[in-house]
Amino acid sequence: MTFLYELRKNKVLFLMALPALILLVLFNYLPMFGVILAFKNYNFYDGILGSPWIGFKNFEYLFKGDAWLITRNTLLYNFVFIIFGLILAVALAIVLDEIRNRFLSKTYQTILIMPYFLSWTIVALIFYAFLSADKGIINQALTYMGMHPINFYSETTYWPYILIFVFFWKSVGYSSIIYLASITGISPEYYEAATIDGASKWQQIRFITIPCLKPIIIIMTILSIGKIFYADFGLFYQVTYNSGALYPVTQVIDTYVYNGLTSMGNYGMTAAAGLYQSFVGFVLVIITNWIVKKMDKDSALF
Amino acid sequence: MEQTSSKFNQLPKSWNLVFNLILIVLCVVCIIPIILVYAISFTSEASLSAKGYQFLPSEWSLDAYRYVFRNGDQILQSAYVTIGVTAIGTLFSLLVTALFSYVLSRRDFRYRNVMAFFLFFTMLFNGGLVPSYIVNTNVLHLADTFWILILPYSLSAFNVIILRTFMQQSIETAILEAARIDGAGEWYIFARIVLPLSKPGLATVGLFTLVTYWNDWFLGQLYITNPKLVSLQYMLMKLQSNIDFVTSNATSATNNMLMAQIPAEGARMAILVIVLTPILCAYPFFQKYFVKGLTIGGIKG
Repeated sequence: MTFLYELRKNKVLFLMALPALILLVLFNYLPMFGVILAFKNYNFYDGILGSPWIGFKNFEYLFKGDAWLITRNTLLYNFVFIIFGLILAVALAIVLDEIRNRFLSKTYQTILIMPYFLSWTIVALIFYAFLSADKGIINQALTYMGMHPINFYSETTYWPYILIFVFFWKSVGYSSIIYLASITGISPEYYEAATIDGASKWQQIRFITIPCLKPIIIIMTILSIGKIFYADFGLFYQVTYNSGALYPVTQVIDTYVYNGLTSMGNYGMTAAAGLYQSFVGFVLVIITNWIVKKMDKDSALF
Repeated sequence: MEQTSSKFNQLPKSWNLVFNLILIVLCVVCIIPIILVYAISFTSEASLSAKGYQFLPSEWSLDAYRYVFRNGDQILQSAYVTIGVTAIGTLFSLLVTALFSYVLSRRDFRYRNVMAFFLFFTMLFNGGLVPSYIVNTNVLHLADTFWILILPYSLSAFNVIILRTFMQQSIETAILEAARIDGAGEWYIFARIVLPLSKPGLATVGLFTLVTYWNDWFLGQLYITNPKLVSLQYMLMKLQSNIDFVTSNATSATNNMLMAQIPAEGARMAILVIVLTPILCAYPFFQKYFVKGLTIGGIKG
């Protein structure tokens, strides 16, 4: 009854929320029921509901096959991205904040965020200009120095480094701006007091700036741990040009699901991989949040 | 932006110099690859095939751009698609996001927490690519339509949280109450008070959305087969993978035919430059809003 009463009293507010609620149902909640596909032998004619149940068969196939490889790749890359990403972004934010000349500081910021606004298609082509086997800048340099050119798009050795470099090239400027925004929100009085007490600049950074950044660091980290089973699809698919020769070091859960859907047409198994990804991510967020709550109640996400 | 921490007890000059040097190196690393692409697009095809990509072309040429504009039908069509999707998508998304954020920012609204959870849960759990694909194609029948390029990205939980926090912190409840006492309706309050006061927040979220739509190739690749609906980014990607296909399966007759249809290296970089330049020109104008919007809108609500 309270609901009907509220509905009448706030009908405009409900109406305002309606478009968003409809979008959420259609594009987020409806597909959630589709996870039952992971337990079915899907065929196009019987549809989602009509296809026969096969229990955990899809998961068995997945774990017998590529699950280990794609899980390892996804986790290792994400660990590097999260840990080094945090250190690089915070360090860069502090360095940017220390620049005295406002014009210079603004210019640096503008240039550093620029790559963030490029699409992966464009980033892939830009790096192709460096890595291309015959015309690329790197191979020109190698030939010039009398070394053998490297066929990057079929040689696995270099890709972990290339992918890590490309990821940071595109994103560090942007994430440092989030931390810079928080640094500028710190009350100047803290620094004033510290200066009077004779604290050096380094001590101020260690005992004021970094502790003040703690809440935002924790939130960003919880969010990225929740996404630790997800990879940036564009990075792994586009920048590598989905080259099959590189799969041992570039195939992550997202590209695996995508390739499974488009080339193999194995709906059941790819849905199982997707569910595995979503479920583990969900559990990880809950656990991380629980740990954070134990340590510092106010920093938890919920 | 205020340089709060450096007002007091600044680092010695030598450190300032070191920091400047570090940043200059980083900026060069960020910008050099982009400059290379511009250089390639102005290099003559002959010098490209003789000497490869170069920062300083040995032979300048506008041929790539001439080629692109002569064979411009698909490019023009794709530009329409990209501009249309970006403009309509951004406006639609901003409207839906702002309305929902406003409802969630109203502390006196009983169901605000229920609705916020309904939204927040989508950040934690989702059906995954395969179920989404089947729902969009077989249930909603959106494949190969204009709307499939817009609707899936139109509501982002992250953007709603930024904007809701912004509204809660920068709009006084007293203003809204005063307006209500003066007899203003909810819609009037939203359009005349809430929206104008949320400008920095709207600009931040708007820039994110605009970039998302402008840069999208994934939805196109997944759902679009009709050439009339191929966006610039997706077209660029298709060009590149066709070339890889041709070069790795060289010499057959069909490949020679394919090769003839594919623009040369320089032309590809010219298309890239055409796609890239508007976004590079647009975002410095948004940047001041962007930092402000992120600061106030912080992600915790």
